Amino acid sequence: MNENLQQQLIKDLLIESLEGLDNFDREMLALEKGEGNAETLNNVFRIIHSIKGSSGCIGLNKIESVAHVGESLLSLLRDGKLAFNPEMISALLEYSDALKAMLGSLEKTGQQGDVDYSALLQKLKSLQTARPVETAPAANFGLFEEEPAAPSAPAPSPESAKPQPATLPVPPPNVPEKAVIEKEVAARPMASVSDTAIRVDVGQLDKLMNLVGELVLARNQIVQFTAQSQEPTLLNAAQRINTITTELQENVMKTRMQPIGNVWAKFPRIVHDMALDLGKQVELVMEGKETDLDRTIIEAIKDPLTHLIRNAVDHGIETPAIRRAAGKPEKGTLTLRAFHEGGQVNIEILDNGRGINIAKVKEKAVQRSLVTPDQAATMSDREVFSLIFLPGFSTADVVTNVSGRGVGMDVVKTNIEKIGGSVDVLSEEGQGTTLKIKIPLTLAIIPALIVTSGAERFAIPQVSLLELVRMEAEQARKGIEMLYGAPIYRLRGQLLPLAYLNRELKLESPTTGSTNDTVVNIVVLQADGRQFGMIVDEINDTEEIVVKPLGKQLKSITCFAGATIMGDGKVALILDVMGFAQHANVIAEVRDRSVSGKNKAADKVDERQTLLLFNAGQNARMAIPLSMVARLEEFPRSQVEWSGKQEVVQYRGQILPLIQIANYLPNATGISAPTDPVQVVVYSEAGRSVGLVVSKINDIVQETLTVKRNNGRDGILGSAVVQDKVTDLLDVIGIIRAADPSFYEETKKI
Amino acid sequence: MTNTKQFCTFFVNDLFFGVEVLKVQEVIRYQGMTRVPLAPATIQGLINLRGQIVTAIDLRRRLELPPRDAEELPMNVVVRSDDGAVSLLVDEIGDVVEIQDDIYEQPPETLKGVARELVQGVYKLKEQLLLILDTEKTVNLANAGNRAQGN
Repeated sequence: MNENLQQQLIKDLLIESLEGLDNFDREMLALEKGEGNAETLNNVFRIIHSIKGSSGCIGLNKIESVAHVGESLLSLLRDGKLAFNPEMISALLEYSDALKAMLGSLEKTGQQGDVDYSALLQKLKSLQTARPVETAPAANFGLFEEEPAAPSAPAPSPESAKPQPATLPVPPPNVPEKAVIEKEVAARPMASVSDTAIRVDVGQLDKLMNLVGELVLARNQIVQFTAQSQEPTLLNAAQRINTITTELQENVMKTRMQPIGNVWAKFPRIVHDMALDLGKQVELVMEGKETDLDRTIIEAIKDPLTHLIRNAVDHGIETPAIRRAAGKPEKGTLTLRAFHEGGQVNIEILDNGRGINIAKVKEKAVQRSLVTPDQAATMSDREVFSLIFLPGFSTADVVTNVSGRGVGMDVVKTNIEKIGGSVDVLSEEGQGTTLKIKIPLTLAIIPALIVTSGAERFAIPQVSLLELVRMEAEQARKGIEMLYGAPIYRLRGQLLPLAYLNRELKLESPTTGSTNDTVVNIVVLQADGRQFGMIVDEINDTEEIVVKPLGKQLKSITCFAGATIMGDGKVALILDVMGFAQHANVIAEVRDRSVSGKNKAADKVDERQTLLLFNAGQNARMAIPLSMVARLEEFPRSQVEWSGKQEVVQYRGQILPLIQIANYLPNATGISAPTDPVQVVVYSEAGRSVGLVVSKINDIVQETLTVKRNNGRDGILGSAVVQDKVTDLLDVIGIIRAADPSFYEETKKI
Repeated sequence: MTNTKQFCTFFVNDLFFGVEVLKVQEVIRYQGMTRVPLAPATIQGLINLRGQIVTAIDLRRRLELPPRDAEELPMNVVVRSDDGAVSLLVDEIGDVVEIQDDIYEQPPETLKGVARELVQGVYKLKEQLLLILDTEKTVNLANAGNRAQGN
C-alpha cells in the first residue's frame, strides 16, 4: 500500500514539475527579453520552490539538492540582491534541463538518474556571487551555504568555497521560506483557479468519453424505437433522454479540451535555442493560445507543429546579415496563430523569412523526376508549393543544404491528414512563408453522411463532402459519360472523375443491371485537394457518429477509416475518402490531367475562379467573375419602364437601372433583337444595384483563369480561354462608370 | 500433484477445440453482422458487442476446413487478444473442462498445414482429443489471410 502511495506521489510530482518547468522556461525567456517583472521572478521562484519541497518530501534527494541550488540563486534575484545577466539566463535554462532530465529518468526508470551535475551547480553557485546589486553580499551569501547539504548533493568544490566570507549569516536560513509563504498568501486571489480545479486522470476521461459514445448509440436506438409509439409518457421520457444525452456529450467533450497553448509552451524554448545555435535573431509571437482542442488532437499535432517551427527557424528566417542586406529588420518574426472557424481549428505559422525559392523547388523536383521539365515550366506557384509535401522531397534540400531534422514535410502532411486536417502553403520569395493548418475539433464524434450501396450502409466523414448531385431518368442516362471506360460527370463545366462505390468495394448491387433508368446519386468528395464523385445507390441522412477503430486484421484495407454503430444497433463502416480515392484510382488521374492541362497556359496564371458565361449583343462569349454577381434575374419585356433616358425596372421595392452591355462594347452592332424575357445580371455595390442586360446566360464554370492579354478595347478587360473557347472578360466597373458616372461616387457618399 | 487448467471447448467441423478459459471474454449466440468489403474471406464481418466493435473470424475458413452449411448459424467465442476482443465463429459450444497437465502433448508431427501452426498442443482425453488453439496466432491474419482466401 505504501508503494502505491509513493507511486502516486511521484506521479503527482512529475505532472506538476514538468508543467512548472515549461512555465519556468517561458518566464526565463520573458526575462531575457526584458519583459519580466517582480511577479515573473516570484513565479519562477515558486515553481522551483515547490519542486524542491515535493521532491524532498518523498525522499528524492538528488532532485531536491539540485533544485535547491537554483532556488538560492533565484531568491537572491527575486529579492533584488543580484542583477540579472544573460549568463544567468542560460545557466538557469540549463538548470531547468537538468531538472527535466532527472524527472524524465524518474518517470522512465523510477530512478533519479546518475548524471553528474556538479559543474552546473558550480556555475550556479558562482553566479550567486556575481554582481551584487546591493551592499550586503556577505549576508546573502551565508544564506545558502549555511543550509545543510542534502545527502547526495555533489560536494562543494574548493572554488565555490573560496569567496565565502568568514562571517556567518545574519538572517536565519529559513527567512526566504517564510517570505515565500507570505507572498503566496498574498497571491491567493490570483491562484483561485486551483481552488476550483482538480486533476483527473486522462484514462478516466477517455473511459467517460467511451461511455458517453455508447450512451449516444443507445439513445439513438431509443429515439428510433419510441418514434413509433403513441404513449405520451414514454415519448416524453425519450425526449428528455435525448436532450440530456446531447448535453452530456457536449460537456464530456469539453472536459477533454485543452488550450493549444499547452503544446506551444515548448516552442519559445525551441526557437530560442535554435536561433542561438544558428546565430539568428527570431522573435516568436503567439496569438490565440487559449484556443481549445481535443486532447487526442493536441497529441497528434505536437510533432508536426514542432517540425514546422524548426523548419521556419532553420530554413525560413535568414541570418541577421542577410536580412540587413535585404532591407529587413535583423530580427525575424515567427508568428503562431490559432483560432476557431467553421467548426474547425485553424493554425497558422507565419515567418517573414526568405520564402520558398520556386525555381529551386522546380529544379529539385525535376532532378528527382517527380515532374517532367515541361510540367515544371508551366506549373503555378501553388502547385510548386504542394511539391514540397511529396515524399522524397526534403525542404532542407530545397532551400538550404542544412539537412532536415526528424520528419519530413510529407510526414507532417500525412499526420495532419490522418486526423482529418489539411495543410496549405503560401509563400512569397523574400517576404516569407505561411503554413495554414486546418484540423477538426475532435476525432471521437464526427458528423457524417450515411449512404447505401450494395445493400450496405457506409458513413462518409462530412469534412470531405463538397456537395451531392442527384440525377433522374433521362438526365442520369446522359449525365455520365465514358472516357476510355472511365466514368466522368461534367460538374458545372468541370470534369469530375467518378467511381462506383459498389464496384470498387466488390459489392453486388441491386441496381447494377438497371442503372440507366434509375436515379443516380453522386457524392462529390474532396481528397488531397482534388475532387471526385462517388456514385452510391442511396443517400440516407447526416448523423453524428462515434468513431470506433477497426481491429488490426482490417488495418490493411485503406478504404475504411473505422466503424460506427448506427441507430438500429448495426455496425456501419466509415469510408476513408483518401484511401478510397486511391483505391479507385480517381485521384491520380485528376492530378495528371491538371498538370498536362497546364501546358496550354500562357502569360499569367491566376487562381481558380468561378465564372459566369453569357452572350451580349453580337459578341459571342463573355465572362465575369461570379463573385461580382449579386443575382441573376429575368424580367418580362413589359416590366421595363423608362426613367428619363434610362431603362429601369422595379425590383424589390427599388428602381433598378438597366444597362445594355452591348452598347458599351466596341464592335457591337447596336442592340440585337431584344430578348423577352430580359436577362439581367444584377450587380450591387454598397446597397445600390444596377442591372446588366445580356442576351443569354450560358453557364457557370470553375476555371483556372489565364488572361491572355488586354487588347485595349473598351469594356473588356482581356481575353481568356474558358472551356477551350476564347472568352472576353467584361470590364463591369468600366461599363457601369461609362453608363452612369455617378454610380460609384454616390455609393461612396452613402 | 499435477496442475490442472480450465478450457472453454467448442466444435468446428467435428473437431474438438479448446481455448484457455482466461482468454475467453464471453460466449454469445449468433449475431447479425456487417460484412467488410475487400477483407480476406476469413473475416466474416463486424459485430456490435454492447457498443464495442468486434471483428468476427470464421474458424472454419481460418483452419482451412470445408464451409459450414448456410442454414447452420455459428456461435461467437469472444477471445481477448493484444488488440482487443475478437470473435471466433464456431459450430457448437462444448463445456468448460478442467484437465490435468499430465495428459498434454505437443501436436503430432502428422498434423499438416495451418493446423500445425495454430494448434498449440493436444490433450489426450478418454473419448476424444482436445486441440488447444493459440488464440494470438489465430487472430493474427498478417500472413494467413491470403492463403485462407486462396484455398
